[in-house]
Amino acid sequence: MSEALHIHSGAGIAHDHHEGGHGHHKETFVSKYIFSMDHKTIGKQFLITGIIWAIIGGLFSVLFRLQLGYPDQSFPILETVFGHWAKGGHIEPEFYYALITMHGTVLVFFVLTAGLSGTFANILIPLQIGARDMASPMLNMLSYWFFFMASCVMLSSLFISTGPAAGGWTVYPPLSALGQASGGSKLGMDLWIVSMALFVVSSLLGGLNYISTILNLRTKGMSMTRMPLTIWAMFFTAVLGVLSFPVLLSGLILLLFDRNLGTSFYLSDIVVNGQILPNEGGSAILFQHLFWFLGHPEVYIILLPAMGMVSEILSVNSRKPIFGYMAMLGSLFAITILAFLVWAHHMFVTGLNPFLGSIFVLLTLLIAVPSAIKVFNWLTTLWRGNIRFTPATLFAIGFVSLFISGGLTGIFLGNSTIDIHLHDTMFVVAHFHIVMGVASFFGMFAGVYHWFPKMFGRYLNSTLGYIHFWVTMVGAYLIFWPMHYEGLAGMPRRYLDKSSWVSFTQFADLDKMITVVSIIVFAMQLMFVFNFFYSIFKGRKVTTENPWGANTLEWTTPIRPGHGNWPGEIPEVHRWPYDYGKDGREFIPQTEPVGENESKH
Amino acid sequence: MQTLFIVAILALGFLITFQIAKASEYVSVLRGEEKAKKQTNRINGFLLLLFLILGLIGVYYCNTKLQGKVLGESASVQGVWVDRMLHISFILTGIVFVITQVALFWFSFKYQASDKRKAYYYPHNNKLELIWTVIPAITLTVLVGFGLFYWFKITGNAPKDAMVVEVTGKQFNWEFRYPGKDGILGKKYFKNTDDAKSNPLGQLWDDPANHDDVYVSGEMHLVVNKPVKLVIGSKDVIHDVGLVHFRMKMDAVPGTPTTMWFTPKFTTKQMIEKTGKANFVYELSCDQMCGKGHTGMRGVIVVETQEEFDAWLASKKPQYLVANPDKDPSVKKDSAGVTASIKPL
Repeated sequence: MSEALHIHSGAGIAHDHHEGGHGHHKETFVSKYIFSMDHKTIGKQFLITGIIWAIIGGLFSVLFRLQLGYPDQSFPILETVFGHWAKGGHIEPEFYYALITMHGTVLVFFVLTAGLSGTFANILIPLQIGARDMASPMLNMLSYWFFFMASCVMLSSLFISTGPAAGGWTVYPPLSALGQASGGSKLGMDLWIVSMALFVVSSLLGGLNYISTILNLRTKGMSMTRMPLTIWAMFFTAVLGVLSFPVLLSGLILLLFDRNLGTSFYLSDIVVNGQILPNEGGSAILFQHLFWFLGHPEVYIILLPAMGMVSEILSVNSRKPIFGYMAMLGSLFAITILAFLVWAHHMFVTGLNPFLGSIFVLLTLLIAVPSAIKVFNWLTTLWRGNIRFTPATLFAIGFVSLFISGGLTGIFLGNSTIDIHLHDTMFVVAHFHIVMGVASFFGMFAGVYHWFPKMFGRYLNSTLGYIHFWVTMVGAYLIFWPMHYEGLAGMPRRYLDKSSWVSFTQFADLDKMITVVSIIVFAMQLMFVFNFFYSIFKGRKVTTENPWGANTLEWTTPIRPGHGNWPGEIPEVHRWPYDYGKDGREFIPQTEPVGENESKH
Repeated sequence: MQTLFIVAILALGFLITFQIAKASEYVSVLRGEEKAKKQTNRINGFLLLLFLILGLIGVYYCNTKLQGKVLGESASVQGVWVDRMLHISFILTGIVFVITQVALFWFSFKYQASDKRKAYYYPHNNKLELIWTVIPAITLTVLVGFGLFYWFKITGNAPKDAMVVEVTGKQFNWEFRYPGKDGILGKKYFKNTDDAKSNPLGQLWDDPANHDDVYVSGEMHLVVNKPVKLVIGSKDVIHDVGLVHFRMKMDAVPGTPTTMWFTPKFTTKQMIEKTGKANFVYELSCDQMCGKGHTGMRGVIVVETQEEFDAWLASKKPQYLVANPDKDPSVKKDSAGVTASIKPL
């Protein structure tokens, strides 16, 4: 295989020479920046679209935090902007539920799936394995444009008169199936399903491409165990997506049938608003199985790329090899397998057979073992290192801290006995925001700060980076740590006003504090976005090929690589990517042949 | 006006921070990048250590401040087990949390870049990796063991002498049915549901077991120290019977009945004394999002002594007689004309 590749790359050079080194075709603005087939450009498209969605999704969370923190107060500006959705400056319940639904959907799928793995799988896979582009640049481009279409459909659903989907991001039927039960379950829900179907297509095109690229297009000498952990993480992410997204799609198609064609897959024995429906024999729980068969792997689709990038960034910046490469690999693999076997832990209180539940308890808590191994290995990577605190390093350290905090609360929820009490309370919200939401965002930020020089040939402003990190880190803990206590007190999630209750009113001050902090944190993210776009054009220029002193192949390309990545031949790889601090040398790039007297590891 | 003010302040803060950040970059270039890098490295190393210390203090402070607001003693026998499991998990995860967070931030601080130190080439150590595979595995086995022990106790079959109550959720309130003297809930079929004919649950009146079933809405009465089995269903979308004080929860799914049982330990009156809150009530919250009225889908549970309960139940007329007043012996004594006038209700 490597020989064939060699020939291919040789052919590439001849081609380049023939065209005078300016790429193969006449590049127009459209072919270079819009319908580009260059993986780097597609990665940037994913990133920028993801950023736009993150601002929208984040803004939604600020809006509903206003409601949660100040349920009695009126904000006239809301009525100005949102009209009858916020009559008298108060968020209407339907609007509130639309906001949380869209916040979840947008953040989980559009930002942390497309924006995270779409961005970094695209940018890093060919660059780090030594390929000129993806296996199929065409499908890769389509992957982005399907995501773009999904985005358009979802965005359009925000502007229809009955509102967007409002049944929670998990869209459980019958609520999501019956327009009579909720305004959001009218046209908004159909658009949600169409958008998600397009998204699944995008994700499959991307995922299959990532897998085949990693398996087939590695440069000479780049054996599977010489790949950086980022690539392994992207690989397993893609495998998870390819195997689980189709199941979600099938579940959604059945939902579409129930909604529009009168089938009864999920519907049975329903009297809604006094109207008796004819459906009999369906099972509402079936949808939950289909949903969570994707839904649970999905949290690892979000988390694994962050784990991979954090491993890489911690190793590069502590100037030390990643500790236990094979163990890291093994735990990624174990997490991938187990991710498919734990879905029903979201359903302990649905009336699931308790024995079946107990199996899922076992498998769920089992996943804590590879997670623990990863944490210990990151800690040992830092131990006796020589750590440079770049903004990327700080975000990587923050990731580990959040992953520990959120992972440990997962042990509570995975234990069905405790889940009886904590299920669907604010504890769950706190748990998954820390471990999956904020932690993955930290991984993403770390990736952006670390690879920005490679993407745009300039640096992000690092002072702003430090401010960004510290405000976000402190803010994340202030927002989500106390939220656990609300959950321990049994406060249900998705309650927009607790004033009619006796049991849930004791946290009003806390909710105010959380709201204030989340507004500050959101403003901080806007500053990051500003830094991002400002630095693309005005940032400090990168002057060396390898600014971080890293071993991996992307730093052997020119500062601003063209389409094809390497102007000459693709470099050959002779060693694993983590020879930092070996034999008294600070770093030894992968392209350097192994010396005769070099010590073995 | 106020909003405009806040926006203006935010924008100003934004601008100032950005200018400082930009200036600091120029300064670092002027002063020599290496020197500036070393300084920011030291600052960030110190901040990481500070974050650890303040963070741990913060965790402690948060706990002392909020502990009292979390629920007190569980009001059901099963809930005590849930709480015990919670405590076991708290202790084990608490230890891990402190050790790992201290290690993370301490290592980051201690091993910050320095010209004097060289990073230690340490790619792997099989023994170490084995140790930290085995220790979490053992810890988790303990947690799974305790967890499943209680899980099976809680989800096992209800005792035979348990009283039965049917709970039905609908947008956006709760309905309850008691089986009456025969102890059997009569058959029902959803297509018979008709509020106008006083048949909100769709009971089949030709099933004799239905004739003594009592229907109430909004408020459920239970007997202290007597196990109760809830048969849970829903009419429209998925709801969830959440009982915080009893630490119990079970979904209400249309078309698929679920069950859950527990034993209340304290009457409502006892809880008022225990908590010192005059307005204390056991609340039944919907924990599964069910539409725009989800937040207000509240039920009340009254736990009382057997005598009080019997008196309460006796005061309720079986729904069969409400729906079929002609069968009601107490109505029959009146003139036929009165019966007719009730019927259209």
